[in-house]
Amino acid sequence: MNIYVILKRTFDTEEKIQISNGQIVEDGAEFIINPYDEYAIEEAIQLRDEHGGEVTLVTVGEEEAEKQLRTGLAMGADKAVLIDNEDVEDQDPYSTQALLAAYFEDKEYDIILGGNIAVDGGSGQVGPRLAEKLDIVHVTSIVKIDIADGKATIERDVEGDQEIVEVALPVLVTAQQGLNEPRYPSLPGIMKAKKKPLETLEVDDFDLDEDDVAGKTKTVDRYLPPEKQAGKVLEGEMDDQVKELVSLLKNEAKVI
Amino acid sequence: MTKKVLVVGEIRDGEFRNVSFEAVAAAKEISGGGEIVGVLLGESVSSLGNELIAYGADRVVAVESDKLASYTPDGYSQALQAVVEQESPEGIVIGHTSIGRDIAPKLAARINSGLVSDATAVETAGEEVIFTRPIYSGKAFEKKVIADGVVFATIRPNNIPALDKDESRSGDVTTLDVDIKDLRTIIKDVVKNTASGVDLSEANVIVAGGRGMKGSENFAMLDELADVLGAAVGASRGACDAEYCDYALQIGQTGKVVTPDLYIAVGISGAIQHVAGMSNSKIIVAINKDPEAEIFNIADYGIVGDLFDVIPKLTEEFKAVMVKS
Ligand SMILES: Cc1cc2nc3c(=O)[nH]c(=O)nc-3n(C[C@H](O)[C@H](O)[C@H](O)COP(=O)(O)OP(=O)(O)OC[C@H]3O[C@@H](n4cnc5c(N)ncnc54)[C@H](O)[C@@H]3O)c2cc1C
Ligand SMILES: Cc1cc2nc3c(=O)[nH]c(=O)nc-3n(C[C@H](O)[C@H](O)[C@H](O)COP(=O)(O)OP(=O)(O)OC[C@H]3O[C@@H](n4cnc5c(N)ncnc54)[C@H](O)[C@@H]3O)c2cc1C
Repeated sequence: MNIYVILKRTFDTEEKIQISNGQIVEDGAEFIINPYDEYAIEEAIQLRDEHGGEVTLVTVGEEEAEKQLRTGLAMGADKAVLIDNEDVEDQDPYSTQALLAAYFEDKEYDIILGGNIAVDGGSGQVGPRLAEKLDIVHVTSIVKIDIADGKATIERDVEGDQEIVEVALPVLVTAQQGLNEPRYPSLPGIMKAKKKPLETLEVDDFDLDEDDVAGKTKTVDRYLPPEKQAGKVLEGEMDDQVKELVSLLKNEAKVI
Repeated sequence: MTKKVLVVGEIRDGEFRNVSFEAVAAAKEISGGGEIVGVLLGESVSSLGNELIAYGADRVVAVESDKLASYTPDGYSQALQAVVEQESPEGIVIGHTSIGRDIAPKLAARINSGLVSDATAVETAGEEVIFTRPIYSGKAFEKKVIADGVVFATIRPNNIPALDKDESRSGDVTTLDVDIKDLRTIIKDVVKNTASGVDLSEANVIVAGGRGMKGSENFAMLDELADVLGAAVGASRGACDAEYCDYALQIGQTGKVVTPDLYIAVGISGAIQHVAGMSNSKIIVAINKDPEAEIFNIADYGIVGDLFDVIPKLTEEFKAVMVKS
């Protein structure tokens, strides 16, 4: 099977976020593989081990994303592709869609796996957008997948309910937490990853104009929420604390 | 210049989800006085059209087909594309629900437009429509505009207030015939876990339990408290993984994103993935025995204590106060 994973290098949102002049401060920040994309990589490796074939990782990003690709290769993927978007202005999910669609245009694939959402941008758009452009079916938020006879049987999470669907390959799926437990790269895996092919492509390598990849949305401001006043931690006898809390909710916050 | 805006209503078990009415309100803001056209998709849905009109839509277009009885990306995108072609809207608003998240990016790619996902506010400044949306797991916000083309957005439930219902409003409800074909997704089964009662994403008060609840039997305590408050019960991933409750109750980045007036977190540590799903709540109460727990950093009111002591007392106190008022 030809298995592809689209993954994003993201800011580790467990870290403190700082903003300066409407830009997220990246200096010294921790970057990771988007957590939902780790589920996608793990599932891709398991599918390959079961059905044979190859796992190719594809990311749109800057040079620094090589590190996340190497990590994915160390987990067990076979090849990686970095589509360098450094020169693209005002990127948005549309831009990512356009670049990925151009990349996949002449590829053969049975399944493309991605994450449910990116923890930084958080739009959840890239997967379904790409599937539409490739004219293949998509299934989002999956927690289980079985492939047999050219068909995938998939369990997806629909706001807590489970929906079981069947689709013919090729398909694009997006991974939800619960799909699997991503493995940690092993030491031999890390050594092997250094020798695995990692190809870098530029926007110029595709038949695309600047206009084709410029975003269709614009971010006009980024900011941190107003510093929340330190909450009131109540004190005293528990009976009194409980009374005080209810009174505050009723009279100060006016929410009950 | 006014804009004609489509609002895709979402119907569940024969009733609108509230976010449909909130989407009408968002559309009103975007339209600058232009026409609001409600869109309903399903097997037999046009009878619900008048309710959307009562909430502010000017007229409603329904696409009815047995192939739209359940949501599929192919069925919905074909139907919506047909409506878009008929109406040539300048704006589209859909709720950021499971269906909205799935269909909006597909439709955006199909009609070659931008899309702002998960907006929590919308405002206009002259010709420009400005959306606010959370980024970085809710730790920051961005303001976004659509640079060109259709002003297309999905809106987070429970953030943009619906307009008052006005039964005296009237408008046309028409149907559009669309030949829906070649659905590539076959739905084999749906397992409903969602407990009956209040929809978490629309609840005004939520009582949520975490791993600190120690066992499924103890969730009965939260049910009782929720009953008194007319609240819905939610949970952290920790509680779900420990099988104290069903995953349908999960709140957070992977679960439901909620914005109630009051959120009471009981025995929840406050991991970022949980907080991403509830930090927009108006008032947050934390009850945790660990004074260092992260949840206190975002709480408006906190009680440091053993939840097994606090919750029964709190339930009694609420009972006393709610009866009086
Ligand atoms: C001014 C500006 C500059 C920006 N610069 C950059 C930049 O230099 N690099 C950058 O990556 N983003 C950049 N972005 C953000 C860009 O909008 C998003 O990276 C991208 O469009 C994905 O949107 P999202 O984060 O909402 O992902 P989602 O749609 O939520 O992601 C869902 C899934 O899609 C896949 N996916 C998402 N993004 C990528 C990707 N880049 N490559 C492969 N698969 C992906 C993953 O599987 C992911 O789990 C910039 C945005 C702005 C406004
Ligand atoms: C990709 C990804 C996505 C995730 N998505 C989500 C998500 O959507 N939602 C989510 O919730 N989590 C999510 N998580 C998991 C998250 O990181 C945390 O593990 C989880 O939220 C912890 O649940 P908890 O707070 O109930 O448990 P814990 O962290 O174990 O906290 C239990 C708390 O209970 C307190 N406690 C214990 N006993 C008592 C007592 N008797 N009285 C009072 N307090 C007591 C403790 O002090 C502690 O603070 C995700 C993780 C990943 C990696």
